Amino acid sequence: MAFLSKQNKAALTEPLNLNNPIVAQVLGICSALAVTSQLKPAIVMGLSVTVITAMANVVISLLRKTIPNRIRIIVQLVVVAALVTIVSMILKAFLYDVSVQLSVYVGLIITNCILMGRLEAFAMQQKVIPSLLDGIGNGLGYAWILIVVAFFRELLGNGTLLGFTVIPQAFYAHGYMNNGMMTMPAMALIIVGCVIWANCAYNNRKK
Amino acid sequence: MSFIKSIFDKTRPMFSEGGKLKSFRSVYDGFETFLLVPNATSRSGASIHDAIDSKRIMSMVVIALLPAMLFGMYNIGYQHYALAGIEGSMWELFAYGALALLPKIVVSYAVGLGVEFIVAQYKHEEIQEGYLVTGLLIPLILPINCPLWMMAVAIAFAVIFAKEIFGGTGMNIFNVALVARAFLFFSYSSKMTGDEVWVARESIFGLGKDIPDSVTCATPLAEAGSGQMSASLSDMVVGLIPGSVGETSVIAIAIGAVLLLWTGIASWKTMLSVFVGGGLTAALFQAAGSTPIEWYEHIVLGGFCFGAVFMATDPVTSARTEGGKYVYGFLIGVIAVLVRVLNPGYPEGMMLAILFMNLFAPLIDYCFVQRNINRRMKRAKIANG
Repeated sequence: MAFLSKQNKAALTEPLNLNNPIVAQVLGICSALAVTSQLKPAIVMGLSVTVITAMANVVISLLRKTIPNRIRIIVQLVVVAALVTIVSMILKAFLYDVSVQLSVYVGLIITNCILMGRLEAFAMQQKVIPSLLDGIGNGLGYAWILIVVAFFRELLGNGTLLGFTVIPQAFYAHGYMNNGMMTMPAMALIIVGCVIWANCAYNNRKK
Repeated sequence: MSFIKSIFDKTRPMFSEGGKLKSFRSVYDGFETFLLVPNATSRSGASIHDAIDSKRIMSMVVIALLPAMLFGMYNIGYQHYALAGIEGSMWELFAYGALALLPKIVVSYAVGLGVEFIVAQYKHEEIQEGYLVTGLLIPLILPINCPLWMMAVAIAFAVIFAKEIFGGTGMNIFNVALVARAFLFFSYSSKMTGDEVWVARESIFGLGKDIPDSVTCATPLAEAGSGQMSASLSDMVVGLIPGSVGETSVIAIAIGAVLLLWTGIASWKTMLSVFVGGGLTAALFQAAGSTPIEWYEHIVLGGFCFGAVFMATDPVTSARTEGGKYVYGFLIGVIAVLVRVLNPGYPEGMMLAILFMNLFAPLIDYCFVQRNINRRMKRAKIANG
């Protein structure tokens, strides 16, 4: 099978839009609300999940014929937990301040429904390369929603992007204020709702 | 009347499909049905349950709000002149307050009706009338120093996310005006609470004078939290205390309440049980010694009366079963006082209590309907042996 056959392409691109884990399947909402108050942790989180999903998919796909069916969930969990531990250690070593901001949410990637969903639904039945692409696609689908949500939350809630002030001081002098609710999870849920709304409207129009 | 009718008849072709101004069709419809009783009748079965249509109900609520609004205008002037330490005649005070409040009312209606207009045009429906009341409620439940742009943002948010998303007027779960207030409260809390927001601080057209930042004035409820209250009971009842624009005067609100109850728009069951719930809880806390003020002061202070009369009785968001109204109202009173007494961060709990109970109104209704069904089932079983 060619590397970018039709099926492989679909495995990579569908999760970005039509079958997006957050927007269409509404999975992984918990972490999407928790880590998106600023852009930097959201990007790191999105990339971590992408790496972990891709690698876990590959490992499980390789092992799929040898995993006994009755203990498959345990095997999947062990694989994911090992990968999460590695990623968490790398973050602590090279991006310490971000890993402090992400706190428990890196560890909680183990329980992220997207991962278990992909392993169960895809990697257990498919070959290695489609599994890899599916993992990357789902991770990136998760990441771009996180980045969009974090963009609006950081811009409107703190007036910054990636830590740099972008809203000019003149605005504040004229009475503009940062929206405190943007930094709370309640508003994150509303923004995720708006993203879902915009995405559905876009897809319906294309049809 | 026939003069108005002829204007509408003449301009109708311009607004109908294919006319020059067809993008303003919903505005035309709105004005026509506002001024004239619509002559369109239902074609599918009988659907009348009252001869009064919802625009006229709304107008009655607006009329009931007028005493609170007019007194609020006077009180804005009164508080400003008192804090600035200058003398003014009654009309000067009123004029100052009217000038301070008027821009808020105009912006509130412009933004809210603007959103309604866009949605109505987009969905090819007529403009819904629900905003007539909300538009006046919102300026009345905000502190006078809330900036206009913040209010505009909050109104747009509330109308879109609390009303239009649920399907428009009559479909909303939460009281739209309170959602706007809650949005402001959590987003821009420094402009919604504290000692600096309750009294207008600038001179308007030469009336009043600018007040320096160092002079501040807390609401009696906030003072009560710290244990020393300066306002007298008569001031609290008449309403000459700092607070949100329309909420201060118990007397003005009572006039509105009488009007609402007399026309049968608000339910006396909800209204009464809010007061009973709040009064009992406050008395209980007072007996336990955990609140420094008298139980009746809890009822006359802050937004308690305004919320009980105009917000809790909102026919859309309150419980609709007759028994449910008692439970709904009672719990609003209880929670409002609970929040005030137990959470030092929130001196006022009425907004949160009503929003919280809005959430439970459908559940309360469900329980009462089910109870009724069960009772009748039992009766039917006994009758059939």
